[in-house]
Amino acid sequence: MDWAQSLRIAAPEELLSVAGIILLVASAWGQTRRDARAVTWLSVLTLAVAAIMTAPALWSGVSGADALAFSGLFSGDAFAAFAKLLIYAAAGASLLVAPAFFEKQNAYRPEYPVLVLFAVLGMSMMVSATNLLTLYVGLELNSLAAYVLAAFHKPDQRSAEAGLKYFVLGALASGILLFGMSLTYGFTGTINFAGIATALAGGAISKGALFGLTFVLAGLAFKISAVPFHMWTPDVYEGAPTPVTTLFASAPKVAALALTMRVTLEAFGPQAAAWQQIVVFAALASIVIGALGAIGQGNIKRLLAYSSINNVGFVLIGLAAGTPQGASAMLFYLTVYVAMTIGGFVAVLMLKDAEGNQIESIADMAGLSRTRPLLAAGLAVIMFSLAGIPPMLGFWGKFMVFQAAVQAGMITLAALGIAASVIGAFYYLKVVKVMYFDEPAGKATGRSDMLHEWLLATCTLFISPLGYLITKCLTALTVVAAGVLFPGA
Amino acid sequence: MAGFPILSLMLAVPLVAAFICLVVDAKTARTVALAATLADLALGVVLWCQFDIGGAQWQFQESKPLFAGFSWKLGIDGIALLLIELSVFLMPICILASQSIEKRVGEYMAAFLIMEALMIGVFAAQDLFLFYIFFEAGLIPMYLIIGVWGGVDRIYASYKFFLYTLLGSVLMLIAMIWMANDAGTTDIPTLMAYDFPVDAQKWLWLAFFASFAVKMPMWPVHTWLPDAHVQAPTAGSVILAGVLLKMGGYGFIRFSLPMFPQASADFAWLIYWLSMIAVVVTSLIALVQHDMKKLIAYSSVAHMAIVTVGLFAFNTQGLEGTMLVMLSHGLVAGALFLCVGVIYDRLHTREIDRYGGLSINMPKYALFFMLFTMASVGLPATSGFVGEFLSLAGIYQQSSLVAFVAGTGVILGAGYMLYLYRRICFGDQKNADAAAMPDLNLREWAMLAPIAAAVLWMGVYPESFLAPMRADIQALEARLASAKPAGDAQLTAGQPAMKTEAHSEGAH
Repeated sequence: MDWAQSLRIAAPEELLSVAGIILLVASAWGQTRRDARAVTWLSVLTLAVAAIMTAPALWSGVSGADALAFSGLFSGDAFAAFAKLLIYAAAGASLLVAPAFFEKQNAYRPEYPVLVLFAVLGMSMMVSATNLLTLYVGLELNSLAAYVLAAFHKPDQRSAEAGLKYFVLGALASGILLFGMSLTYGFTGTINFAGIATALAGGAISKGALFGLTFVLAGLAFKISAVPFHMWTPDVYEGAPTPVTTLFASAPKVAALALTMRVTLEAFGPQAAAWQQIVVFAALASIVIGALGAIGQGNIKRLLAYSSINNVGFVLIGLAAGTPQGASAMLFYLTVYVAMTIGGFVAVLMLKDAEGNQIESIADMAGLSRTRPLLAAGLAVIMFSLAGIPPMLGFWGKFMVFQAAVQAGMITLAALGIAASVIGAFYYLKVVKVMYFDEPAGKATGRSDMLHEWLLATCTLFISPLGYLITKCLTALTVVAAGVLFPGA
Repeated sequence: MAGFPILSLMLAVPLVAAFICLVVDAKTARTVALAATLADLALGVVLWCQFDIGGAQWQFQESKPLFAGFSWKLGIDGIALLLIELSVFLMPICILASQSIEKRVGEYMAAFLIMEALMIGVFAAQDLFLFYIFFEAGLIPMYLIIGVWGGVDRIYASYKFFLYTLLGSVLMLIAMIWMANDAGTTDIPTLMAYDFPVDAQKWLWLAFFASFAVKMPMWPVHTWLPDAHVQAPTAGSVILAGVLLKMGGYGFIRFSLPMFPQASADFAWLIYWLSMIAVVVTSLIALVQHDMKKLIAYSSVAHMAIVTVGLFAFNTQGLEGTMLVMLSHGLVAGALFLCVGVIYDRLHTREIDRYGGLSINMPKYALFFMLFTMASVGLPATSGFVGEFLSLAGIYQQSSLVAFVAGTGVILGAGYMLYLYRRICFGDQKNADAAAMPDLNLREWAMLAPIAAAVLWMGVYPESFLAPMRADIQALEARLASAKPAGDAQLTAGQPAMKTEAHSEGAH
C-alpha cells in the first residue's frame, strides 16, 4: 500500500480539510465584518487552488487502478475530477455572492464560508467514492453542513423552517439510503463498487439485491430532488437565504448526480435493466411535475426550485440511456445547468427595491426590462436557455441527452420527454412576459453589487450562442470523464 | 467570388446592426436598421447576380467545423436563393413600415434584424442541426415582437404563437436526431439522397409534418395564425406572412419530399384532404370577417393550402407552382398587410365598417390596394396567377378532385377579396374621419411601389424566377419519380407534358 500515492490522489480533499480547520479556528478570533470578508476570500482561494490541483486528473484522463487510493475506497479519476471542477466553480460563485446579501441584514459570520468549505469537502468525497462507506461519509458531511447553512439566517423564520425541514427529511433519506446499502451488502457480500458489480454480474438479480438497489436509488433521488422525492425542494429553496439556495441548487446537485451515475453505472452496471425502469419513471415524472408545479408559482425562488426538479428529469434521461454517450451528455448538461442556475439565482439576488431589500415576487418584476434592461436581458437569456430554446446553450444540453436516448433506442422516452419540455416553456415564458410585456411596477429599482453583475454577465455569455464555440472542447472533456465509468467500452 | 463567405456576411450584417441598435437612441436605431437591411438587400442582389444558373446544385458553400455535433455549413440552391431574396427584399420595407412604432425603438429594430439573420440562416443552412437552431431561434424575437409591440390581446397571441410552434417542432428534433444517427451524417444534401428504411420514413415524415404543418399553417392547426397576425404590429405581420410561413413550405420541399419520398406518397391523401378542407373552410371564414387583418390572415391559410397541394403533386408544374405561390404570397400578403397598416396608422382601427369610399380621398392608395387585391385573387399578369395556375395544373395530373376543390379557392378568393375591397375603397364615404384621411406619403410610396413592381414582374415574366430553381425542381422530381403514386387523370401518356411545354414557352 503506497500511502504517498494515496495522499497525492486525495490532495484536493486534504487541502480542503486543512484549510477548513485552520479557517474555523481563525474565525473563532475574528468576528468583524472585515474578518468575515477575508475568510470568504481565503475560502474562494482555497477552492481555486483545489481546482488547479484537480484539473490534471481530468486533462490526462486518469482512470481505473491508477486513480484508486486508500485500498480502493477513493478514486481520483477523470470523472471525479470533472465533477469536482464543477462543484468548486459553483461553490466559489455562491460564496462570492454571499457577503453582500448577509451584510445587509448584519448577519454575516466567518463560519459561513467555513461551512461551505466543509460541504464542498463532503461533495468532493461523494464524487470520488468507490465504496458505499466513503459515499455515506461524504454525503453526511455535505448534508450536515447544508442543514446548518439552510438555517444560517437566524432572524428569519423561513430560514429556520427550511433548515429543520431539510434536516428531518434529509435524515429520513439518509436512513433509506443506509437501509438500501445494508441490503446491498447483505446480498452481494461487499461494499466496494467494483465488488458489487462482480457479484451482480451474470444471471438475474436476486430479490434482496433488487430491494437494496431500489432503496439506494430512493435515497439518492431525495438528494437530487427527483420526483417522487422532491417535495422538500421548493420549501427549502424558498426559505433558505438566497446565496445558500444558489449553492444548494448547483454544487450538491452535481455531486449527487455524479454519485448516482457512479452507483448505477459502476456498482449496479451489470443489472442495468433493473434500475433503468426506475430512472425512466423518475425522469419523466420529474420533467412533468417540475413543469406543472412551476406554473402557479408567484415566488421566483420557488419557480427556480421547480425548474431544478424539471432539469434533473432531463439529466436523468441521459442516465436512462445507460451508455457512454448518455453519461457524457449528462455531464455536459450539468455544466450548462450550473451556469444557468448560478446565473438565475445571482439575478434574483440583484433584484432589490430602492432601499436595497430583496425582491422575490414575480409580480414585482413587472416591466424590469425598462427599469433594469441589462438585468432583464440576462434573466431572459437564462429563462430561454432553461426552456431549451435554441440558440441558447441550454438547448444543446437537452439535445445531447435526447441524442443519447435516441442512440440507445429509447425513442419513446425521448419523444415524451421533449414533448413535456413544452409545458416547461410556458412558465419560463411567463417570467419573460412579466419583465418585457407588463407595465413597470417600479419596484425593482435598487442598484446591485459589481461582483454580482460580473457573475451574471459571465453566466449569460456562457449560455448565449457564443457558448457553442466551446462545445467542442467541453464535449471532449465530458467524453473523457464519462469514459471512466465504462472501462470496457 | 469563390471562397468569399457571402452568406456568413449576410448573416453578420444584421446581427452586428442589431447590437448597435440596442445601444443607440431611437432615431439612430431607425437609420442603422434601414442601412443594414439595405446593405443586406445589396448583398442579396450580388448573390443573385453571381448565382450560376445551370451550374452546380449547391453554390456559395461554406463549411467550418466550429461546434461539437454539427458544423457551420451554409450553401444555397435555386430554391433557397429565391426565398433569401424574398426575405432581404421585404426587410427594408418592414423597417420603413415601422415608423409608427414609438416605444422602445432600439429593441424593436434589434428584434427585426435578428429575425432577418435567422431567416437567412434557415434558408442557407446545410447542416441539419444548424437548420433546426435557426428554425427554432426565430420564435424568440417573434415572441417579443408580438408581445411587446402588439395589439390589445398581444399576450395571449404571443403565448399561442410560441407554444404552438414549439410543440410542433420538438418532435421534429427527435426525428432529426434519429436520422443523423441512422445516416451517420448531418449534411442536408447527403441526407436528401439517402434512402431511409420505408417503415421509419412514415414516422419521420409525421414528425416533420407536425412541425411544418404548424408553421405553414395547415388546417386544423392554423388557429395561431389569425391571432398572431391580428395582434402583431404591421411589420411583424408582413414578416410572418411574407417569410415565416414560407419556412413550412421550404421544410416540405427540402426535407419531407426528398428525404422521405415513399412516406410522402403514402401520406399524400392526408395532405390532399387537409388542403381541400382548408381552401374551402378558411375562405368561407375569411368571407365573414370584420377585421381586415384577420381576413387577410385567413386568406393566407387558404393560399398555403394551394402550396401544399402543389407540393404533393409530385411533378414539375406542381413544384414550380408551389414555389411561385410562396414567393407571390410573400409579396402580396406582405403588401396587403402594409395596405392595412397605412390606413390603420391614420384611423387606428382594423374594423372594415369604419372605412368606405377611400378611392375618393385616397386614389393612389386605392390603386395599389386594387393591384394587390387582384394579385391575391390570381388575376393574369400578376404574380398570383402564374403560381396558382401551375399548382393547379400540377395537381390536376394527380387528382382531378383535388384540383377541382382547390380551384374553388380561386373563386372564393375573388369573393372575399373583392368584397373587402368594395367595403373599404368603394361606396359612399360614410365615415367622416375616414373621408378626411390624406393619401399616400413618400415613405408609403417607397414601401408599396417596389412590391408592386415585383408583383407585376413575376406575373409578366416569371421565367426570371423559374430559371434559378428549374434544375433543382427537376432533381426533386427525379428523386420522387420512383414513389410517385398513380394519378387519376386518364390522359394519353405524353400529352400533358407537351401542353406544359407549350405554356412555358408561351410565357417567354
